[in-house]
Amino acid sequence: MPDLRLYENYDAIVIGGGHNGLVTSAYLAKAGLKVLVLEQRHVLGGASSTEEIFPGYKFSVFSYVVSLLRPEIIRELDLPKHGLAILPLESTLTPLPGGDFLYRDADHYRTIQEISRFSPRDADAYEDYSRTMYFMAKAVKYILGIQPPDPTSLNPNDLAGLYRLARHFLNLPEDQLHTLVRLMTMSSADFLERWFESEPLMGTLSASGIIGTFLGPRSPGTAYVLLHHYMGEIDGNFRSWGYAKGGTGGISQAIAGAARSSGVEIRLNSPVSEVVVKNGRAVGVALRDGKEIAAKVIVSSLDPNQTFLKLVDPNILPVDLVSSVRKYVYRGSSGKVNLALDAAPNLVCLDMRSGDGVPQSKTALRGAISISPSVDYIERAYDQAKYGDFSQRPYIDIIIPSMIDPGMAPPGKHVMSCFVQYAAYSLEKGSWEQRREAFGDAVVDTLCEYIPNLKDIIVYRQVLTPYDIEQSIGLTEGNIFQGELSLSQLFFLRPAPGYANYRTPVKGYYQCGSATHPGGGISGAPGRLAALRILKDLR
Amino acid sequence: MPIPTPFHSRTAPLCESNEWRTWSGYLAASLYQVTHETEYYAIRNSVALIDVSPLYKYEVRGPDAVRLLNRVMTRDIARCAVGQVMYTPWCDDEGKIIDDGTVACLENDRYRVTAADPNLVWFQDSAIGLDAEVADVSSDLAALAVQGPNSRQVLKRLLPKTDLDALRYYRLTHAQTGARSSPRNINLTVSRTGYTGDLGYELWMEPKHAEAVWDMLMEIGAKYGMLPAGMVALDIARIEAGLLLIDVDYISSRKALIPDQKSSPFELGLGWTADLEKGYFIGRDALIEEKRRGSKWQFTGIEVDWNSLESLFSAADLPPTVAGRASRLSLPVYKYNRQIGYASSHTFSPILKKYIALASLNYPLAMPGDNVEIEITVEHVRHRAKALITSPQFYNPIRKRA
Repeated sequence: MPDLRLYENYDAIVIGGGHNGLVTSAYLAKAGLKVLVLEQRHVLGGASSTEEIFPGYKFSVFSYVVSLLRPEIIRELDLPKHGLAILPLESTLTPLPGGDFLYRDADHYRTIQEISRFSPRDADAYEDYSRTMYFMAKAVKYILGIQPPDPTSLNPNDLAGLYRLARHFLNLPEDQLHTLVRLMTMSSADFLERWFESEPLMGTLSASGIIGTFLGPRSPGTAYVLLHHYMGEIDGNFRSWGYAKGGTGGISQAIAGAARSSGVEIRLNSPVSEVVVKNGRAVGVALRDGKEIAAKVIVSSLDPNQTFLKLVDPNILPVDLVSSVRKYVYRGSSGKVNLALDAAPNLVCLDMRSGDGVPQSKTALRGAISISPSVDYIERAYDQAKYGDFSQRPYIDIIIPSMIDPGMAPPGKHVMSCFVQYAAYSLEKGSWEQRREAFGDAVVDTLCEYIPNLKDIIVYRQVLTPYDIEQSIGLTEGNIFQGELSLSQLFFLRPAPGYANYRTPVKGYYQCGSATHPGGGISGAPGRLAALRILKDLR
Repeated sequence: MPIPTPFHSRTAPLCESNEWRTWSGYLAASLYQVTHETEYYAIRNSVALIDVSPLYKYEVRGPDAVRLLNRVMTRDIARCAVGQVMYTPWCDDEGKIIDDGTVACLENDRYRVTAADPNLVWFQDSAIGLDAEVADVSSDLAALAVQGPNSRQVLKRLLPKTDLDALRYYRLTHAQTGARSSPRNINLTVSRTGYTGDLGYELWMEPKHAEAVWDMLMEIGAKYGMLPAGMVALDIARIEAGLLLIDVDYISSRKALIPDQKSSPFELGLGWTADLEKGYFIGRDALIEEKRRGSKWQFTGIEVDWNSLESLFSAADLPPTVAGRASRLSLPVYKYNRQIGYASSHTFSPILKKYIALASLNYPLAMPGDNVEIEITVEHVRHRAKALITSPQFYNPIRKRA
């Protein structure tokens, strides 16, 4: 019997239904293409998905907050019409061992007052630091919105792009240029020490420099990642940190809604085994079940390991690309522990200071809770994991989505999302299968120091190690950004020199995932820029 | 969640309007009564009590205190004698103003600085290599302004042991409440300073005494027409006096997002505070250069021609209506049909019966005495009213210094 699907024909097929794949598909369909999205799992969204893992409790299983979703994507794809609602996530609570805490929120003066309990100088410097980061974000924002020009190319488009880029940076005021160089070269701890001296503040701020990298706050190069915290602030009223209604799966659903309304077809449970290449040109895909589907354009939203080494035969690719891709650094460094809770967690620090003019527990629990009492604490957590282990006392970034979005858990009950760093992908002793629960225990034990009632209220615990992240959603070595966001892997080097323009050496085969410029996080920017590149090539 | 000041238990029940604003994170009454006019006239006609505790206050101590202050401030602090107060701005290396405030010499090697913005890091870092300490004493001091023609009589009753007639303009003295010494007497500092351009004083005390001092003043003041006054009345008074307000009339160079938002002392009418002869201070070289080259902006007053204003309104069949409160909405100023600057603060002056504004204008396109036009909106339509460039000091009664 002939396979009817063989005769199916699309203008474009996007491999992977993560947020970037969906963004690419929506832009291509909006331009009039007939587009098919193939997702291997039973849910959409890749790392940006919401699942009811335990009855009544919905988890943003992998990613948990949204920082950088590009406002132009929200506008151009009309995402609010398709259900997107990003709720403010304004506060950060840093509980300290001993019962004290540092609390920061949108109330500028209260934040200043809180910081001055630890250091009056830091309170004073806080605004200067924010302003500096505003200038840095403004300087760097330009490169996030462009397709990276290749500095080694003589192509007039690349040269023009490089000229504009050079002019942009040379036009920066001198002091900003100096700070930018520092930001690119320093460790986040050293960079922060230029302004601050108090541990809870530096610890918490430095943590945003290490997320998704297997580096400590004292490792050079981590300062640059701090900037990602501030990118949202220069888009008018767009918030830098937010929580998506319905969890991060809500974002994928909204993008999928926009894509479908433009005619995109999305198929779940459809893993692709290879991209069919004929005469150096991609002509279709073969599904794992053997079916083949033809298309003029194939776009992979997967990471370079999959895109270049698994989906196509590396032998047809240039050696330098294969070698770059093989050396591309993933090094998953984080895990995720999702907890279903029978009641609200009781933070010992909020009990101790309730009523003295500091945040009521309600408002503090609606924001982020960061277990990052000092730079040393995080650096020590890194030391513990550095040689193939996980941290016994890890850095944990917690949010309680049900506090903001009651639909995430049954009434009065809560879901708690814990992003945990560090956990090495390759363990020195044992396997993750054997040590998964020990890792979960370390996280819960750490949390219990700040939330004594935690063990009593956990009704379900989901522990995701870097290995689990790789196995479930295909992120190589469990790296949440599809490869470290280090300077050596950004801009025209992401994912490999000469291939930062979303194309591949195979005609008609493109990349659109977080492994392309400008990188990971739920920004959608790689997906959009890839679509723009493809549409330009088709013209 | 704004912070209550040390006077809050007294000001809150008096605030019938329930209209508050935040000032450096503190709660400040916008006005106590439902309209501000009686509070304004208390400042100009009797005496007003204004809670100014939210000011940032720093204490500078040590053998090198004066060297530190002279390094930071544009005026020559070496000439600030014990018991003297000086108004001064301070600048960055490019001669652009960071903030302005007062420096008071409390005793030898001990000064108090007031500021509108936090400046601890700036002052401390400027002290590197000097034997001087800077401490933030903002929350250690409650501050109360007693402003208006009757302020001296009221304070004479509060501080009977102090010779207030001898306390000259911009001088301070340490004083004690009560006629005789008793352990219950309250020590405070009284300075003949203020933000109203009128006869007035400011009292500086420990927060624990704030309520007692307020109560005593209100009791004495009842016979002198004293009223608590809020920010709305104060804002009108300070515009009449031509006194600058940070974030309104200028932007701190530390906060400016683009270079054009910064101002030098020359550009804000504070050239007289830039002591280029005193030796090095931060920004001196840039200011010497600016003086040689000329400034881009000048700070002036603008008096709107009432007849012109009236005819614009009568064209719409309306009587002239101007906002009673001071406005911070920037208004374009034109000359020869070209915008030459903007008014940053403007208000109807109840005492002068004029519509007045503080403005930054391109130098030297417009000089005091020149005619200009200012944008006025009548029934949603923008017009230009005739106006005159004046000195920013619209109101300056003799009693202020007498």
